Amino acid sequence: MAVPKICGIETEFGIVHTGTDDANPIAASSLLINSYLSEVERTGEGGPAAGVTWDFEDEMPGNDIRGIAPLGSLAPEIETHLVNAVLTNGARYYVDHAHPELSTPECSNALDVTRYDKAAELILRRSMEAAAQILPPGQELVVYKNNSDGKGNSYGCHENYLMARATPFSQIVVHATAHLVTRQIFTGSGKVGSEAPGLTTEDVPFQITQRADFFEEEVGLETTLKRPIINTRDEPHADARHYRRLHVIAGDANMSEVATFLKVGTTAIVLAMVEDNILPREFRFRMPVLAMRQVSYDLSLAKPLELADGTSATALEIQWDLLDQARKYADSHGLDAVGGSVGEMVIDRWEQVLAGLEADPATLAGQLDWVAKYRLIQGLAQRHDLRSDDARLAALDLQYHDLRPERSVAARAGLESLISADGAQAAITEPPLDTRAFFRGQCLKRWASSIVAANWDSIVFDVGDEPLRRVPMMEPSRGTADHVGQLLADCDTAADLLNRLRESGTR
Amino acid sequence: MAEREQIKKPAPQREQTEVEDAPAASEQVEELKAELDDLLDEIDEVLETNAEDFVKSYIQKGGQ
Repeated sequence: MAVPKICGIETEFGIVHTGTDDANPIAASSLLINSYLSEVERTGEGGPAAGVTWDFEDEMPGNDIRGIAPLGSLAPEIETHLVNAVLTNGARYYVDHAHPELSTPECSNALDVTRYDKAAELILRRSMEAAAQILPPGQELVVYKNNSDGKGNSYGCHENYLMARATPFSQIVVHATAHLVTRQIFTGSGKVGSEAPGLTTEDVPFQITQRADFFEEEVGLETTLKRPIINTRDEPHADARHYRRLHVIAGDANMSEVATFLKVGTTAIVLAMVEDNILPREFRFRMPVLAMRQVSYDLSLAKPLELADGTSATALEIQWDLLDQARKYADSHGLDAVGGSVGEMVIDRWEQVLAGLEADPATLAGQLDWVAKYRLIQGLAQRHDLRSDDARLAALDLQYHDLRPERSVAARAGLESLISADGAQAAITEPPLDTRAFFRGQCLKRWASSIVAANWDSIVFDVGDEPLRRVPMMEPSRGTADHVGQLLADCDTAADLLNRLRESGTR
Repeated sequence: MAEREQIKKPAPQREQTEVEDAPAASEQVEELKAELDDLLDEIDEVLETNAEDFVKSYIQKGGQ
């Protein structure tokens, strides 16, 4: 049986420091995050565990799933000197590559990921407000949840999925590629113009995704240059004998909750089907990188993609086939690995969205980002008789992703909400109940002053009269409310907890 | 792709729907158009006033 598809999203946000000629994105990102941390510490409403920093002990982003990284590949560097906080909801909030980045806590299903992604937006919004209190009048930090500046610079929204180490990586490559290339028709956030070499806004007035222009390889370790469709980073943040973590870099950051939900939900199901080895048909593209762009540039959704066996299929056809397999999989294996009833929600919504895309994508303007954005771009162009390269259209594109409520276009686009306001609000400070993020978040909430550092798979305690103690959490499905809720409730202090753990040998 | 036909909804009877739904459909189109007009009014309000400068100055360092 497939292992639980524990999953999460890490988003690098665009950042602009207005009202100054002296802007530096690293300084701006640090100020943004530090403003938030001070604000929450001051108001005492939970959120970050003040003083607790990220523990880099297990970071090995240069490890390659294929074993030895090929010559010339560039391992990502770790920036240990920049602000790097752990929040009581189990998330990580930090500066990465001159961008503020927030990684959601580990979740057991796509709906929880969507909730924590929404909470991330609220955290960034509060950060902007907190920074405004500190900056001189007339200056502002503005955060954009997009993936490109329209000038060839891209920053990512990555997904992570727990997978069984035993699953052959070649099987993951073939099926995940088929899905990542074709799911773009509902995961795309839309973009005015193209940033691929040699293409102009005249060639591509509008495309389905933000990211397709930036992929150059089929499989590889890089994330910042020569980006591959399948990333081979082998850093499971869990027991490496049993698990790998598939690091997906091919997606867009979504404003639409439905798009985030489907992006994570369908991918988790496809990966579970790969693990259980039930997909009968392999869709191997003749040229996967080209296929990625073909899908993104084809608003008609009708152009066939060439397959290696000489046949062809459209993105929609491949998605219908995967959905069909998912229905059968639900009957034969159940959907426990992808969150049970949430998995059923994913399948129903998946079908509804594919049917909508097939009949008339415009019917999905309330659900999918690229459709919502395209409708507004077309509307504005018609209203003011704008050419496709008019700056007002590019401005509308950027502003769709502006996280300030008073400026956000997405907030006005009538997008359907899956997450209640209360649910998103609570997720700012409360961890999920059913992954190890619960243990991390609860410990930080209650005993931050006894914790010196934390990361995905351990917490380091300092209770004073003994050496630092690292509590490992190598099993992402443990440390849940069911597993440790009572234990935590029975402990008054971090020292109590360490004693109890020592006695029982429990992790 | 024969199998996917089974999970799709049956195609509506074309002639019938055209006759019966025509007024409703055009009403709906009008409604959507009015809604889009309102939305564009609002967007015209919130859109950065100097689009050219805004777009030009939106420069990010490449990330992951």
